[in-house]
Amino acid sequence: MTIVETPVAASVTVTRLLAAGPHAGLAAHLAAFGAFDPTRVGPALVRELERSGLTGRGGAGFPAWRKQAATVDAAGRTRRPVLIANGAQGEPASSKDSVLLRNAPQLVLDGVLAAAAAIGAHRVYLYAGADELAAVATAIDERTAAGAAGAKDAARITLVEAADTFVSGEASAVVGAIERGTPLPRDHAKRLSTSGLNGRPTLLHNVETLAQVGLIARFGADWFRSVGTPEDPGTRLVTISGDVPATRVLEVAGGSRLGDVLQQAGCDLGATQAVLVGGYHGAWVGAGEMDARLSREGLAPFGASPGAGILVALSSRRCGLAATAQIVDYLAGQSAGQCGPCMFGLPAMAATWDDIANGAADATRRARLTRLAEAVDGRGACAHPDGTVRLSRSALRVFRADLEQHAHGRCHHARRAEARA
Amino acid sequence: MSPAEPTRDTALLHIDWTRCDGRGLCAELLAEILDRDEWGYPIARPGVLRDGDDPSDIPVHPSLRAAAEQAVAMCPLAALRLTTR
Repeated sequence: MTIVETPVAASVTVTRLLAAGPHAGLAAHLAAFGAFDPTRVGPALVRELERSGLTGRGGAGFPAWRKQAATVDAAGRTRRPVLIANGAQGEPASSKDSVLLRNAPQLVLDGVLAAAAAIGAHRVYLYAGADELAAVATAIDERTAAGAAGAKDAARITLVEAADTFVSGEASAVVGAIERGTPLPRDHAKRLSTSGLNGRPTLLHNVETLAQVGLIARFGADWFRSVGTPEDPGTRLVTISGDVPATRVLEVAGGSRLGDVLQQAGCDLGATQAVLVGGYHGAWVGAGEMDARLSREGLAPFGASPGAGILVALSSRRCGLAATAQIVDYLAGQSAGQCGPCMFGLPAMAATWDDIANGAADATRRARLTRLAEAVDGRGACAHPDGTVRLSRSALRVFRADLEQHAHGRCHHARRAEARA
Repeated sequence: MSPAEPTRDTALLHIDWTRCDGRGLCAELLAEILDRDEWGYPIARPGVLRDGDDPSDIPVHPSLRAAAEQAVAMCPLAALRLTTR
């Protein structure tokens, strides 16, 4: 897979996070963004984040300031909180956190150090893949060598290598990985902000969220809101893959039109029948719905959300049912096997989807999917079953015409076999 | 009986899915609100959950409080606990 990282100038793209250029070192970072001491950021950052409207970029889209406020509230004098920067990319269709960490590690460090200073963090962790950690380690060394602002605190960040599984990036799995070396989700009776790593109040943010925090701490909420829409201010990184000339990571203005983002990545909309929005836990959006805005509000009518900024284009030559069957099968294989409804329900969903993709889309099997969805949704320690149900339900909506065809043993996508290759 | 009228202090039976093995004792003790799914795991009976309720937190009517406490105490895998909303 070729990943093209250079954004091109056009209407929907805005260069902020990657403004220091490819593989930006400290000098390029300072030249692009100016000098800044992230360790001097105080508790007032939370109000600035509230005004900015920044939401989490890891998938859930929760307001960044609320998590921060909840962590500070839970922390007393004796229980200083911890900060975890999450750069794990278990999601196969996402490359944006890797691109960000390898190209703008200094900006991520600015955000990590600013957030840590704002909450008075006791310890700071950065969790990511090996290649990404190497880039961060280099960036920390560079700060130390230059005696740059925040060098001492940066040197105290603990770097933890992420596992290469789908659920390894889930918040409680990240805590498990750092605490015990086991990247498995755990029961969520208590929020991480109350009781996370070793029982401490824990603020866990995605690395893109923290890079945005680094910019807001520097330039302020008004600057952040000067692009995007009032509902979805600022920018977000998006990974566009699937039936496009090359997988790309673009930085786009909040609330951009879905079709515009796809076209920006070289996608031929006329030859595209649907796009998977939000990743493997996301939802299909049909070709007739490309005017939808890539924002929480804009995607809600389709049961979708921007998630971690993932778009997977599906060409009209492929069969959406076969593509869905393939992803559900992958997700079933990625169940951590801890929670019964997920461990048994996802393979059952995968088997049913396989039958449907192979031409047995009778009413019994469709009813079986509906029943399985109810038996699985919300019944796990993490959102893996919920996400799989979301994908499955959206496929039944968007590929309804294909279901009718398959029920009669036909598939009007001539090159159906290709989607399963 | 009718499903629990949810109030702010309605007790919730929280299921820790990472511990639950579907032994089924809770569904026997709380047959009014719990059934078992096709794999044997406890699942709320129709009407017990309202829209937006978390299927891992089953509302317990005050009249079933004692049975719920017993289910928590007797679960062989300590997969249950009582919380409030």
